[in-house]
Order: sequence, then C-alpha cells, then structure tokens
Amino acid sequence: MSGGSVSNPTLRRLLHHRLFMLGCVLFGIVLVVAALAPVIAPVDPNKLAMRFKFRPPSQEFIFGTDNFGRSLWSRVIWGAQLSMIIGASVVVINAIAGTAIGAAAGYFARLDNMLMRVNDALMAFPAVLLAIAVTAVLGPSVNDVIIALAIVYTPRTARIVRSSVIVLREMEYVQAARAAGAGHWRILRRHILPNAMAPLIVQLSFLFAYAVLTEATLSFLGVGAVPPTPTWGNIMAEGRQYMTDAPWIITIPGAALMITVLGLNLLGDGLRDVLDPRLRVQQ
Amino acid sequence: MSLLEVDSLTTAFQTGSGQVTAVEDISFTLNKGEILGIVGESGSGKSVTALAIMGLLPKPPAKILGGQIRFDGQNLLSLPDRAMQRLRGPGIAMVFQEPMTSLNPVFTIGDQIIETIRAHENVSPRESFARAVEMLARVGIPSPDKRMSDYPHQLSGGQRQRVMLAIALVCRPKVLIADEPTTALDVTIQAQILDLLMDLRDELGMAIMLITHNMGVIAETADRVMVMYAGRVVEQADVGTLFDQPRHPYTRGLLSCVPTLDQDQDRLIAIPGSLPEPARRPPGCRFSSRCPLAVAACSEAMPLLESVTPGHAAACIRIKEGV
Repeated sequence: MSGGSVSNPTLRRLLHHRLFMLGCVLFGIVLVVAALAPVIAPVDPNKLAMRFKFRPPSQEFIFGTDNFGRSLWSRVIWGAQLSMIIGASVVVINAIAGTAIGAAAGYFARLDNMLMRVNDALMAFPAVLLAIAVTAVLGPSVNDVIIALAIVYTPRTARIVRSSVIVLREMEYVQAARAAGAGHWRILRRHILPNAMAPLIVQLSFLFAYAVLTEATLSFLGVGAVPPTPTWGNIMAEGRQYMTDAPWIITIPGAALMITVLGLNLLGDGLRDVLDPRLRVQQ
Repeated sequence: MSLLEVDSLTTAFQTGSGQVTAVEDISFTLNKGEILGIVGESGSGKSVTALAIMGLLPKPPAKILGGQIRFDGQNLLSLPDRAMQRLRGPGIAMVFQEPMTSLNPVFTIGDQIIETIRAHENVSPRESFARAVEMLARVGIPSPDKRMSDYPHQLSGGQRQRVMLAIALVCRPKVLIADEPTTALDVTIQAQILDLLMDLRDELGMAIMLITHNMGVIAETADRVMVMYAGRVVEQADVGTLFDQPRHPYTRGLLSCVPTLDQDQDRLIAIPGSLPEPARRPPGCRFSSRCPLAVAACSEAMPLLESVTPGHAAACIRIKEGV
C-alpha cells in the first residue's frame, strides 16, 4: 500500500504501518459483511429445517447447518451484524460517558475523589462477572447487554481521560487561555479535550474488541441475548455439544470472532504506535 | 486615582508542613501608560503577585490572607468569578514566560486569536478574522493573513511570543502583565519583543507590569522599578534613581552582578548564599543572612519600606546611618 501522495503526516504514517493496514482490512471485511447481511445472507437465520440438520459446509450450505438445520452462513453473518451493532453502541456510549466522567474528575479537583472511588469500585470486579450481574438485573436482551457492557467498560475510559486531563489542566496554554478570559467550559472543550483525544481513540479501538469478545462470552454462558438470537456466542454454545461430530458449528463463529478481535487489536496497536509520540522514535 | 492599586497584599500557600507566605505586604500602583518593572530572584514572589492580580492563583493551596487589589476602582479580590473572567482579556491580560508551550498545539494561531475576541465581544467571524490579522501585523508577524492558518509548531519561539502578545492584546487590555516575556528567547529576539512592548504601550496607551530577573531589561524599558526579595518589596524607585542611587544592599548586589565590559575581572560577581526557603527565612530582615552590611539589629525586627527621597523607598534600617 503506498501513501506517498498523502499530505497529512499522521495519516501517511498510518498508511505505511503494515499491521495497522492488515487490521483495517480484517475489521473492514467484518464491517462490510455485517452491513450487507440482508443481501448476502437472505435466508432467515432462525428458519428451522430439521431435514437439513448437521450438513457440513458444501455448495448448497456454504458454512453448513446446525442441529436444527439452520443455515450457519446466515447465522454467522447476522451474528456479525449484531456484534458490530453492540460493539459500536458500547463504544459510542463509552466515549460520551467516559469522557464526561473523566473530564469532570480530572478538571474539577472537588469531584475527583467521589467520581474516582465509584470508578474504582466498578473496576474492582472482573469484567465478565460485573456484566453478568448487570444483565441479571436488567434482563437478557441485546439492549440490556449494551448497557451492561457500557457500565463495565466506562470506568476504564474515564480513568484514561482523567489522567490526560490532569496533565493538560496544568499546561501553560490552559493557563494562558484562562488569562485571556476563557471559562471552564471553553477551556475543557477547546483546550483540554482535543488534546486528550489520542489516547482515547486508541482505547476505544481496543474497547470495541473487548465489547465484541465479552458479548460473545456472555452469550456463550447463556446470560447474553437469548437464543435463538444469532449471536456468535449463542452459536458456539449450541455447537459445543456437537464439537466432534459437527465441528464447523463452533469453529466458524469462533474464527469470525478471532478475525474481528485480531483486526481491531492490530488497528488499535497501529493507532497507538502512530499517535503516541513516545513510541515514534522506535519505528 | 491609579489604574491598578495593590495594597498590602499578602498571600500564602498551604503546604504539607504548614502555611507558608509567598508574598507579604506588597503595595504598589500602576498608572495609565506606565511600565512598572518588577525584579527579583526566582521564588521572590513576582509571579505569585501577578497571578493574584489575575485571580489565577490555584485555591487551594493558595490563599489570600489580606490586602486589596483595586482595578479601575473596584476590588478584584471581592469580585465574583464570572465578573473576573470577563475582566481577563479586555481589562487585564497576561503573557507568560514559555512561548513554546503557551499555545494550544491542536488549533491554528488564527483560531486562538479569534477565539479570544469572540469570548469577549459579539462580533462576526469575518470581522474577528480581520482584527486577528491586523493584530498579527501589529505585533510584527510577516504576511499575517497566511500565518493565520499555521499551527504553533510551525512558528519559531520569537514568533510564538508575538502571537501570545497578539492574543493578550487583541481585546485592548488596560493593563498587560508580562511575566518574564523574554526569558526563553535569544537576545536579539528579546530586544525586538521589548521594543514591540514599548511601541504598543505608546500606541494603545496601556499600562504594563513587566516581571523579569534581568536588570538590563528593566533599564531599557521600565519607568519605575520594584525590587522584591523573599516575598517582600525591598526597594521601589523610578528607573533612573534606582540605577544611579540604589539604597538597599540587595539592589546594589543585583546591580553589581551585572557584568560590564570595561571591568577586567576573572570571576563574575555574585551575591553569596541563596534565597532562603519560605519556611526557613531568618528573623528580622530576610536579606540579613546574605547581606554584607548586616549588623545585629538587622535580625531583630522586619525593616519597613521607608521613603528615602520622594518616590524612592527602601526597606533597610541601615539607610538612616547613611551606609
């Protein structure tokens, strides 16, 4: 891939970062497939056809069928769409809530202790355990899983934003802006948050991967979106019993999950390499 | 009535080992169109005084224990936050020491100047752009309309300091506080910035409080000088008097530290010792521990600022003895 003609230096370095580009391609494939689900997988993912059950991958059934004869091709692709919707929603909620909490805690020293102790309490639980607890309270629908994952991961984002804000709060240009008559809101919006974006963007790309992975874990454990909702975790949970006779049922969604997470991690690593000035020298 | 009057200002910082006074009983006035130089070593309280006037001291740990700061007749210390915020910029503006870090790296300099205008005045984007370009031209940035879309890292240190000045001056402040505006710059740029400050003073009729530790800068630019030591004013005079007839031993020490070309000397002259830590200041006169003229009485009582001749005051008990 050549980025020789791109003028923005950050973008140019990203285009030259091979692993980042690989991550973009992998994640891009998943995104495109998810977006095109109704076109490329027109068969209803929940349509039962007992006479076709346990068909291995073939021309007729590209990914084979499961124990109810459902098309695995449809189920995995619609599962990709759900994963992307959940991942993106969690990232958006997280970015907004995490930035708001982190900025408030980092900028207003008075709020810091209160907000961060609640944060610490939430971070003290293992992510999956906390997510199970929240879904147990809220219920097992896709929306509730999104809320649970947002609650689980927002404290981490808030902590990252807070640590950037604490450093930026003391920068001379913030002092200078204050001396020119800027108020708190303007200083946060114009002088602090734009400069805190780089670590946040990196964090959000990893967060997308965590959200997809944790959602699959929850479904696999039976506390996520209820079956027959075609999530990768659900498909794998059902396929687990037939692992020796029909290994494609569990391996195909597993591979899809791996490609997604790998792509997002490569993408996040690449972003970090390029956006973090301390790592730039080593390249 | 003076434009800015500081009257027995005392501020302290709460530290782990108790409360420490940073500046004590500081009084001075600043008139329209005047340049007041404030000299002193690092840690003598110059910047704390400036930040107190701006209302930018971080509270806590800082605390104002007493005194008044009157600007245009109103006491700034009792002004609500909102009113103080409106005053910063059009009333009193400030430029800082470090031009390399005083600009936001993610916005163009044009954005940053325009932002300041629009924070205080209700003007159209087009008009504020024109005013920003005009201000950049006035502070001596070549082809200002092109520079508007430059990011701070594209400018040199001297140019950035000019941009900082443009931001500070774009709302036409009545008082400009310049906290070591030239310390981080090389000598030729330093002279240009100082010339610019004086030109702008004449042009805009503003008063300037120039904080520095460089006696040469004071001699070239200031009308009046205030010398600070360990949080107190030790001598105050107009610039000619101070350089010709310094009365306080500390001022004399500072002046003799300035190397001259016609003296043949191997070592530079220095004042022995160093500024006492705020928590370990000697009793009585704070300079007594380093003073070549100190006598026993110096560490008994704090010497007060007394007038030597009209407009010239110093805080040393030995002046009366004619030392």
